[in-house]
Amino acid sequence: MATVTSEQERGALTHPDVQSFSQVNRDILKVLSRPGRGWWALFLAATAGMVVFFGAWGYLVARGMGVAGLNNPVGWGALITTFVFWVGIAHSGTLISAILFLFRAPWRQSIYRAAEAMTVFAVMTAGLFPLIHLGRVWHGYWLIPYPNERFLWPNFRSPLLWDVFAVTTYFTVSAVFFYLGTIPDVAAARDQAKGLRRKLYELVSLGWRGTDREWHHFGKAYVFLAAFATPLVLSVHSVVSWDFAMSIVPGWHATIFAPYFVAGAIFSGVAMVITLAVPMRKLFKLEAYLTVRHFDAMAKLLILTSLIVLYAYLTEFFMAWYSGEEVERSSFWNRVFGPYWWATWTMLVCNGLVPVLLWFRRVRRSIPALFVISIFINIGMWFERFVIIVTSLSHEYIPFAFGMYRPTWVEMAIVLGSFGWFFFWFLIFTRVLPPVAIAELKEVLPAPFRRGAEKEAAA
Amino acid sequence: MTERRGILASYDYLDSAVEAIEALRQAGFKRKEIRAFAPVPEHQLEHAMGYRQSPVRVFAFTGALTGTATGFALAMFTSMDWPLVTGGKPIVSIPAFVVIGFELTILFGALATVLGFFINAGLPKWKSRVIYDPEFSSGRFGVYVSASQDRLERAREILVAQEPAEVREDSEGWGHA
Repeated sequence: MATVTSEQERGALTHPDVQSFSQVNRDILKVLSRPGRGWWALFLAATAGMVVFFGAWGYLVARGMGVAGLNNPVGWGALITTFVFWVGIAHSGTLISAILFLFRAPWRQSIYRAAEAMTVFAVMTAGLFPLIHLGRVWHGYWLIPYPNERFLWPNFRSPLLWDVFAVTTYFTVSAVFFYLGTIPDVAAARDQAKGLRRKLYELVSLGWRGTDREWHHFGKAYVFLAAFATPLVLSVHSVVSWDFAMSIVPGWHATIFAPYFVAGAIFSGVAMVITLAVPMRKLFKLEAYLTVRHFDAMAKLLILTSLIVLYAYLTEFFMAWYSGEEVERSSFWNRVFGPYWWATWTMLVCNGLVPVLLWFRRVRRSIPALFVISIFINIGMWFERFVIIVTSLSHEYIPFAFGMYRPTWVEMAIVLGSFGWFFFWFLIFTRVLPPVAIAELKEVLPAPFRRGAEKEAAA
Repeated sequence: MTERRGILASYDYLDSAVEAIEALRQAGFKRKEIRAFAPVPEHQLEHAMGYRQSPVRVFAFTGALTGTATGFALAMFTSMDWPLVTGGKPIVSIPAFVVIGFELTILFGALATVLGFFINAGLPKWKSRVIYDPEFSSGRFGVYVSASQDRLERAREILVAQEPAEVREDSEGWGHA
């Protein structure tokens, strides 16, 4: 094989089965036609999950927070765990769409639209959890600084308020970024659609025609948005980690928390991208676009982030031992050998041990294997947050104040139902917007040249 | 102003479109009189059209700075409005407010970038008077020229020389040329 020289040649290698620009439109826009039985089955399951979610939340609101298992000393439980989990899931979408864009990674094009949609819906899911946790959700607007008759303002020195700013900014910016990227593709969908669909697509595409002027400014705006989103994504999970690290709870009060949480977020997010991409590829016959090479690249990202996460776990344990701090040592001993040992070992096995399989090329290139591993990682990362939050709170300074927490069925119904809410939106997305970025994919395909390739080399 | 008319050529190949634009520019057609269509952002087309820096960057920069100022101002003035000491920290705790300043820098910067894109690209424009070929979002490249009747013949010669897949006349011309 000749040495890879230009970005376009690399793309030709990434998608060997995609021949022309118009084939991309045919294959991707076909997804938007009538859904198959598989899609409907998933959609019904997601809707059922969403009904459970809102039902359980309604029950919690009607009966009060007493139906949750929260009490002293564990005041944060499964709901906050799941908040951190979903915020983490969101992160890899921005990683793929913004950071890998700035690094010009040649494999991101076919996966990034789905990953970015996942980001938006995951933040939408995450954002509900602090509100659920409030109990009296109708007071949620108190989080926002607004002029009121008592001249009261929120406490800007509190990490919880930083989190409000970080998460709302993250949601706004990722939604805008997502929308901007879809404009040319919605225009492509419009050019094929008829009737009402066409009118709606025309409305959403803002009348995009693909003129030189539009593309010129689009390209610049896209680079700037990516440049804004990159530090943002790193800041969001850092701020989430400071919700914990700024306190003096043993097991939380650690400077490693910000990078540790960011790596964990990307780790869990890439796993979720794989979990979503495998059925999507099968259901919509996107094998030519989501090739084994793409999965291989994502698996390598999993290896990297799993190593960082494992390193962070070991550092935490080492620091607890090395500090000589009685309370700190006791807290970490309790994690591994205390009453929550099963949660800690689930986390260690799923996030540290299972990803070792990915060192083997055979595993990285086997899509069923990747799918199974990605589910293990999703579970492991949920437990990581559970371990951090619950075991630390249950075992603070005074043995007299130690206590156990067990999630009630209401909390677990909300946690599991939130997957229904998330998949509800994701499944609708795959039907109304092109799930693979049409225009960006074409950028890595060889452009059609009348006079052969010698002109391309000169340009 | 003399009456303007338009002509649209659709090409199957990128280099045809690029060469047509280069020839048009050499023949004295201004950038405003030419409009290129493409399914992908294409540097060669932009280069042929002679684009320089996009002013979107000014929007991004201004938005980001406004955000920084807003974030710090919000946190500082609201804290001074109700000076309640928490955690033994100063009322104006700059390190804590960096987070707010940072988040609003990103938020305002990103929103201003999108605004700058809309303004500079002239979107939304649902009622476009420029004639269009739906293939432009699929695989074809287009070159549209709007000029007075006498110069349009010259444009047609240049466009046809690059063997377009389709040529269409636009009798209304292009209002804002």
